[in-house]
Amino acid sequence: MPSLFQQIQAGALWDFHGGVHPPTRKAVTSEKPIISMSLPERLYIPLRQHIGVAGQLLVEVGERVLKGQALTAADNSMTVPVHAPTSGMIIAITDHTSPHPSALPESVIVIEPDGLEEWREREPLNFATADTQTLLERIQDSGIAGMGGAGFPTHIKAGLHQPVDYLIINAVECEPYITADDALMQEAPTTIVKGIDILCKLLNPKAVLIGIEADKPIAAAGMRAACSQREHYYVREVPVKYPSGGEKQLIQLLTNKEVPAGRRPADIGIVMQNIGTAFAIAQAVLDDHPLISRIVTVTGETLQRPQNVQALIGTPVAALLDFCGYQVELEQKVIMGGPMMGFTLPDLAVPVVKTTNCILAPSHTELPNAGPELDCIRCSACADACPATLLPQQLLWYSKAKDHDKLKEYNLADCIECGACAYVCPSEIPLVQYYRIAKAEIREQQREALKAEQAKARFEARNARLEAEKQARLAKNQQLAAARQQSQQQNAGSNTVAAALERIKAKQQNATETAQRSHADIVAEREVKKQQARAYQAQQAAATHTDAESGAQSQSASQNLDATATDPRQAAVAAAIARAKARQQQHTTEPAQTAQSRASAPAVTDSQATQNHADKAPSQDDPRKAAVAAALARAKARKQQQGAEAEQNHAIENNAATAASREATADKAPSHDDPRKAAVAAALARAKARKQQQGAEAEQNSALDNNGEAAASSEAAADKAPSHDDPRKAAVAAALARAKARKQQQGAEAEQNSALDNNGEAAASSEAAADEAPSQDDPRKAAVAAALARAKARKQQAAADTRSASEHDENAQAELAKTKGDSA
Amino acid sequence: MSFKIASSPHHHNRRSTASLMQLVAIACIPGIAVQAVFFGYGVLVQLVLAIATAWLAEAMILSLRHKAIRPRLMDHSALVTAVLLAVAIPPFAPWWLIVIGTAFAIIMVKQLYGGLGHNLFNPAMAAYVMLLISFPVQMTQWLPPLPLQSVTISPLDAICTIFTQFSCGGFSLSQMQLSVDGITLATPLDTLRTDLAQGLTLTESWQSPVYLSFAGSGWLWVNLAYLAGGLFLLQQKVITWRIPVAVLASLFVLTMLSWLASPDAFASPLFHLFSGGTMLAAFFIATDPVSASTTDRGRLWYGALIGLLIYLIRSFGGYPDAVAFAVLLANMCVPLIDYYTRPRTYGHKAKGATK
Ligand code: SF4
Ligand code: SF4
Repeated sequence: MPSLFQQIQAGALWDFHGGVHPPTRKAVTSEKPIISMSLPERLYIPLRQHIGVAGQLLVEVGERVLKGQALTAADNSMTVPVHAPTSGMIIAITDHTSPHPSALPESVIVIEPDGLEEWREREPLNFATADTQTLLERIQDSGIAGMGGAGFPTHIKAGLHQPVDYLIINAVECEPYITADDALMQEAPTTIVKGIDILCKLLNPKAVLIGIEADKPIAAAGMRAACSQREHYYVREVPVKYPSGGEKQLIQLLTNKEVPAGRRPADIGIVMQNIGTAFAIAQAVLDDHPLISRIVTVTGETLQRPQNVQALIGTPVAALLDFCGYQVELEQKVIMGGPMMGFTLPDLAVPVVKTTNCILAPSHTELPNAGPELDCIRCSACADACPATLLPQQLLWYSKAKDHDKLKEYNLADCIECGACAYVCPSEIPLVQYYRIAKAEIREQQREALKAEQAKARFEARNARLEAEKQARLAKNQQLAAARQQSQQQNAGSNTVAAALERIKAKQQNATETAQRSHADIVAEREVKKQQARAYQAQQAAATHTDAESGAQSQSASQNLDATATDPRQAAVAAAIARAKARQQQHTTEPAQTAQSRASAPAVTDSQATQNHADKAPSQDDPRKAAVAAALARAKARKQQQGAEAEQNHAIENNAATAASREATADKAPSHDDPRKAAVAAALARAKARKQQQGAEAEQNSALDNNGEAAASSEAAADKAPSHDDPRKAAVAAALARAKARKQQQGAEAEQNSALDNNGEAAASSEAAADEAPSQDDPRKAAVAAALARAKARKQQAAADTRSASEHDENAQAELAKTKGDSA
Repeated sequence: MSFKIASSPHHHNRRSTASLMQLVAIACIPGIAVQAVFFGYGVLVQLVLAIATAWLAEAMILSLRHKAIRPRLMDHSALVTAVLLAVAIPPFAPWWLIVIGTAFAIIMVKQLYGGLGHNLFNPAMAAYVMLLISFPVQMTQWLPPLPLQSVTISPLDAICTIFTQFSCGGFSLSQMQLSVDGITLATPLDTLRTDLAQGLTLTESWQSPVYLSFAGSGWLWVNLAYLAGGLFLLQQKVITWRIPVAVLASLFVLTMLSWLASPDAFASPLFHLFSGGTMLAAFFIATDPVSASTTDRGRLWYGALIGLLIYLIRSFGGYPDAVAFAVLLANMCVPLIDYYTRPRTYGHKAKGATK
């Protein structure tokens, strides 16, 4: 028994089940030469003409483009670009009826040709010397996608890493009427063979099988002659039967292999390319001629001159038909593609695209409209005709009954929608239409099921998390109680020295000012946050599942869901580095200037708070409220600034405050309803801030300030990001911070000597800020807690005002730093 | 300018259900002609009655079901049912027999199941069995074939007989049943069964003049005519070869085996193939698409099952001919057969049949 390969070499052919023999009506066009069409008035070039995603637009309206110039960029592997078919002006980029059965509008570039046919620069490749990568890139950049109908990007199939036994060139063209490939083979067999050579270089197959239907003797002879020098190229004439040009059917015909269900031909060592694609590859590589035109069979009895036309991509069908002497009939069908698998066009403005092989304008007598649909008589003529060996009558039954399980059992998914069944059905049942609907329903159902499953998983995860958090809270409360007792005992001794230091420093600085300002700032921020919390609550109520979560959590959750989250480990590493640096800077700056650290404390708080805002911004339900709140905050900040300007002696604080408010403004900008207003406000704020800075610089007393602040805030920023990834950790850290802050407060209260001022409050508010995130489970509680914290802080300030001592600054600063460290 | 939107394919081979049914009816013509020649013109009258009843009943039910009448009447499926029943019953059976039978076939068996394509049973055969059970006497009153008839029956006589049970000359149906030598003749199959039941050997039974009606004139020719019609249907690709070949082959093999084993107790295979409704069953009844199996392998099983049942009922059962029972029983098995003979879909591993 000879091996399969030997059999194939010997010219064996196999058969596939079913198939039909519709009248081919090819002679009308097959023997005529290919005519190039004159330039149409407008070209409509859809951005996406292949299976995959559209490329990035490279051109603008009003730009002049050259022939062959890329209009979109191939920015990923499933993208192939489109090119200008001729030189001219881009007069619009708009939506236009798509050359698709759905006829949904789709983006097109409209070009008005200037008639000059001016080419861009071309660099032909020598394919013998060019390497694989260059060739594949050229194929992709030339916009080549399967020209047989599906439009699968060619470079993907040509760049397979699997070993390929057989490269099958599909020149069967089994659909009635269509002779585009036939004409191409008659006219350019040598170029086609060069294209096949290039594919061979890329895929290195054992044999190349060129399948041509037996009713194209001239084409087959031409191809034979062109292949005569290549011994592993075999031209095979397959019997005339529809759909022998179907991918799976041709594979069966030529190799007796079947592509297993749900797999691709490449999995059994076979790659199939359309003959037109081979030609396009040769043109792209050897001439640097991208895919900007193709042969279209324009035929049907309503045309005076049915023929094969070399048409530019983007040519409207109407122009093409007119070119061939179209005489409209009432209630006319105009079909893009063949009579078996083509689709009717709703209007004739639809452009020719890369996959358009035929425009068919039949008369009523030629392809009469379908008669009334009768009942299925179970004659199983359809089953006899089905090339996939399905049982179309059963599929029909279950499609009507919407029995999706049965449809699956009867392998609806394997239906290639060839239409053979509907062609033979004596009851004229539009079987394919039923299958399309059923398939769409099944897809829809699967999507729903997936969604439901995800929602369920999320819900369960959330329940588990809430339970865990509850436990953690309980444990924490106990710990805190213990810690409080301890700290009260310890604090008594250590604070006296610090308090003395603070008093000295407080003489240099007007602590009251700072405290008030930062306090005001924080209040404003708090206002915003409350708004957000409320908005958030509303959102949570609306979205019944998933989100009784913190901003951070919801963000991280959404990040995970979107699958767009960057590697959290990397982020964590980066954050750690940032933190380390920040800490170093702090260490160096802290001893140097206390004031600076004091300034930086609110800055940190603010920036943290701001960060929170920025984080929450995308999830805000009601950006208008937030905007109002932000505006209030800005107003307050500005007032304070003015006060500060008048005093002209607290440049540092001013800086800090301004920077903070500037940040706040800048950060909040994206969430504003009216970004222009926000921008104006931000610009004003910036201008003021700059003035103050200048003043401050003139005073020359706080160069380092900005550094420290910058470091701290950058840290905060860096910090925040990774901590989103693990909201639970953040929650723990925040809780620790709270605990510490409380400790300090207690210490301060006990001593009654100091301001604790900004810092106490800063800590408190930073606590609250940190708090807010994890505790947003119940924003109302958080708000109450925050209010309490504020009240306490204010009391302390009042005390501090008189004494104006601030030795706790350092402590607080250290605590903050630790908080940040912890929260990592 | 509006363009017609249609879903693919836009091509159709223009072979409609109506034309298929029409072809089936046309293919019956040779058989009907031979039957008329050998058994009198009664069959033609029955045909007219049956078709009229079928159309009426169909139209009535369709209007009750609020369905468009014209396209469904024009699918000719009712016509085929009527024809099949008309040729199956005795040509001179009283008029009400065929009317009841046809109405039953159309209303009960076909429309109540949901109309064309939804009926589990072959309507003509279900009606035949119903009639046979309800009116056994009328359903077995076959006249002897022409050469053996004692009374010549004109077309007018046929009409008179069917409507009044007396010919214009005043002969009663039982008188007409008498053959030239004064014996009441049933069909050869009937005779054979009775004789064998009475303990006669086949060779003895073979002496009866009834068998003249087999080879000499009647049933052989009728069957040959239906065979010709069946071959025409095959050639027209209205039916596929599987069911008729399976029916005939299994009947042939089984009768051959038993005949070889005991030639005295069992009739020859040829006798079985060409008597009664064998050919009609194989080509026209078993191939009724609606009630037959729809898979290729299933059709072979289905046909073979009918052959087996015909053999069993003819050889061991109590009814003169077995075709109707065999077909109905096989109809019942169709869902099962279909399920287990699903073809292997392209790209899938074999399954189903071998389970
Ligand atoms: S061809 Fe049409 S009528 Fe016949 S079984 Fe298939 S669907 Fe039913
Ligand atoms: S359309 Fe589907 S079911 Fe119909 S013949 Fe083609 S593959 Fe078979």
